[in-house]
Amino acid sequence: MKNRPRIYLDYSATTPIAQPVLNAMLPFFKDEFGNPSSIHIFGQKAEGALENARNTIASFLNCRSDELIFTSGGTESDNLALRGVALARRKNFGANHILISPVEHHAVSKTAQQLAKIFGFELELLEVDSYGLVSPENLRQKIRHDTALVSIIYANNEIGSINPIPECAKICREFSVPFHSDAVQATAYLPLNVNILNVDLLSIGAHKFYGPKGIGALYVKQHTPILPMQTGGGQEWGIRSGTPNIPYIVGLAEAIKFVENYQNEWIEHLQRLRDELISYVLENIPDSQLTGHPTLRLPNHASFVFDGVDSQKLLMLLDLEGFACSSGSACKTGNPLPSDVLLAMGYSPKLALSSLRVTLGKDTTQEQIERFLTSLEKIIAKIRS
Amino acid sequence: MRKKGTVVIAMSGGVDSSVCAALLVKQGYSVIGMMLKLWSENGHEAENRCCTPDSQRLAKNVAAQLDIPFYIIDAKNDFYDAVVTPFMQDYLAGITPNPCLRCNRNIRWGLLLENAQQIGADFFATGHYAILRHNKAQSVRLFRARDDTKDQSYVLHVLNQRDLEKTLFPIGNYLKSEVRQLAIDFKLPVAVRRDSQDLCFLGGGDYRDFLRRNTQEPFIPGKIIDQHGNVLGEHQGLPFYTIGQRKNLGINSTKPHYVIKKDVLTNSLIVGDKETTLKKEFFVNGVNWINGLPKHSHLRVGVKVRYRAPILNGTIQIYAENQVRVFLDEPYYDITPGQAAVFYQKECCLGGGLITENADSRSEG
Ligand SMILES: Cc1ncc(COP(=O)(O)O)c(C=O)c1O
Repeated sequence: MKNRPRIYLDYSATTPIAQPVLNAMLPFFKDEFGNPSSIHIFGQKAEGALENARNTIASFLNCRSDELIFTSGGTESDNLALRGVALARRKNFGANHILISPVEHHAVSKTAQQLAKIFGFELELLEVDSYGLVSPENLRQKIRHDTALVSIIYANNEIGSINPIPECAKICREFSVPFHSDAVQATAYLPLNVNILNVDLLSIGAHKFYGPKGIGALYVKQHTPILPMQTGGGQEWGIRSGTPNIPYIVGLAEAIKFVENYQNEWIEHLQRLRDELISYVLENIPDSQLTGHPTLRLPNHASFVFDGVDSQKLLMLLDLEGFACSSGSACKTGNPLPSDVLLAMGYSPKLALSSLRVTLGKDTTQEQIERFLTSLEKIIAKIRS
Repeated sequence: MRKKGTVVIAMSGGVDSSVCAALLVKQGYSVIGMMLKLWSENGHEAENRCCTPDSQRLAKNVAAQLDIPFYIIDAKNDFYDAVVTPFMQDYLAGITPNPCLRCNRNIRWGLLLENAQQIGADFFATGHYAILRHNKAQSVRLFRARDDTKDQSYVLHVLNQRDLEKTLFPIGNYLKSEVRQLAIDFKLPVAVRRDSQDLCFLGGGDYRDFLRRNTQEPFIPGKIIDQHGNVLGEHQGLPFYTIGQRKNLGINSTKPHYVIKKDVLTNSLIVGDKETTLKKEFFVNGVNWINGLPKHSHLRVGVKVRYRAPILNGTIQIYAENQVRVFLDEPYYDITPGQAAVFYQKECCLGGGLITENADSRSEG
């Protein structure tokens, strides 16, 4: 099975590292290997790189550099935001209510569930419409003065829908409730100015935008109550102890620069391909539905359900033809459970198990999409026959 | 490398199927690994014998090392319906099932073979110890493996020509010791796993506990009687006993008693001494003939009445296309309804079916 053609259409899962990002990282593995806490020249060089990276990201988010905490990625950022803020808000204010959307990534939803089950918080879910979008009105109905934290995903990984973050933030602000948003999927394509978004906490992770895996950051607005989840030497203002991973932090910052430079180009290129893909599928493949919002969605993201098609089988057949896609849900080990996100949007469990997510990236070409569509149409017909 | 065609190998993470995959790659096939995810009882997933997360990891590692695509096929619901449910029903009906037969029939050469065909595979391979020979008349014959102690033709007797046509058994001509050596030579990352006869979904546990947990039926105690009708004790419910069982009968007696029959109609357990467990004649229903119905109605054959039983000499009389009466030359003990009787001529497996209670039981038609 060597030399199989391989066409990657799963950029929401992860992306390849960009060459300038890799180049920027390399010196910090070996030549500039110092610990930023050290007094000597090695430490100073490392600290310089660390603060440089922090400044780059802070200017991208339009925040102060001391409002950024480096983490091991999107998952840790989400965990720190939820657990850290919920526990601090309970300690300081006795707040005991957590409000999240039903379409969160597991990094948020499982953390919230643990806070409920083990730590006794009252967890409540917002409602979503059939596009998977929350509404500010619904948030206003459910938010309370004893709400410890609200968390709403910015752009959804499974269905690509984009939530009205500034509108939700405004309501949280009125109630003085900290507001977190998972922007892991949004970073490459959507406005990330935290003043406009008006959030208190924002999670990002580098490998979704051509940076390395295992590195991310959490924006924490000044004066937001938060408890450290990892204690030790007091790095990152004591909120996240541990010697910072300098080469990866440099990679994260370089990837942010890469986004700043090329974002507009990508959006234009990908949105056109995505729309072509979506309209071809809906017109040519019977019993297909787009999941998520038709326009309020990530420019690189297309997701569907195909009635009567087992998505595990579809993915396998696509893979054997060289097309790497996903079902969209986090599950992978031949243990398919219907996605919570699709169920929350009102899909039946059976239809939810027929999902396909196709996510494009900067190297995706028109020709790849055409070849993909030809194969997809054939494979679905075959599965249904 | 395309010349040989594409083959799907059913992988388990064990040494046998891993060596199969390596052999097929070496022989120049285009190889795709698939692993079945079978049903496990809630909370007992890690004990399942064939598809624990651990064996998944092993199989994945092997596939990665061989650089072949690898997929996990979810068969939980299918397995439950086709194997677990009948397993429980059989016990409740007083017979002792062999779920591996249903699994081979409905899951491996059912769901998995279907998946293989759907992706356009030319062949389907498993790590069973058995040999296939294609003769001139275009039909495939099933033979006992070269390694007599590992032969698995017994559990393969349920297959038909359509199944076997596409099937490969790459290690049928190897001894287990040679397969182990091949695994070392190929540097395959397989764990040394104890060969086990336990059912995968019992995970080493007792089937009685499994039945208690998983069936709604009440288990009704009844009488234990000997062949003359003397009451010797009380049983806890017929499903908890198997033919030939001697231990834990709860009979106060100096001489050993063996279960010889479970009478569902009167809910009694019939026991006798060692001699009474011996049987020379029995019926076999639902017979599958791998190469079609034999021409003669009487045949001299070798008969295997359990996976681990020796091959016994005897004569079979064919009553109907799928019903056979067996006459053993010498009586044999513990002939158990629900187990398969499989027929051989020399090394060739003709087919087989399920042992039924008595000579008076009617054909299934
Ligand atoms: C929306 C969202 N949040 C969080 C994560 C977790 O990121 P990571 O696995 O890199 O920690 C992901 C990645 O799949 C994601 O899509």
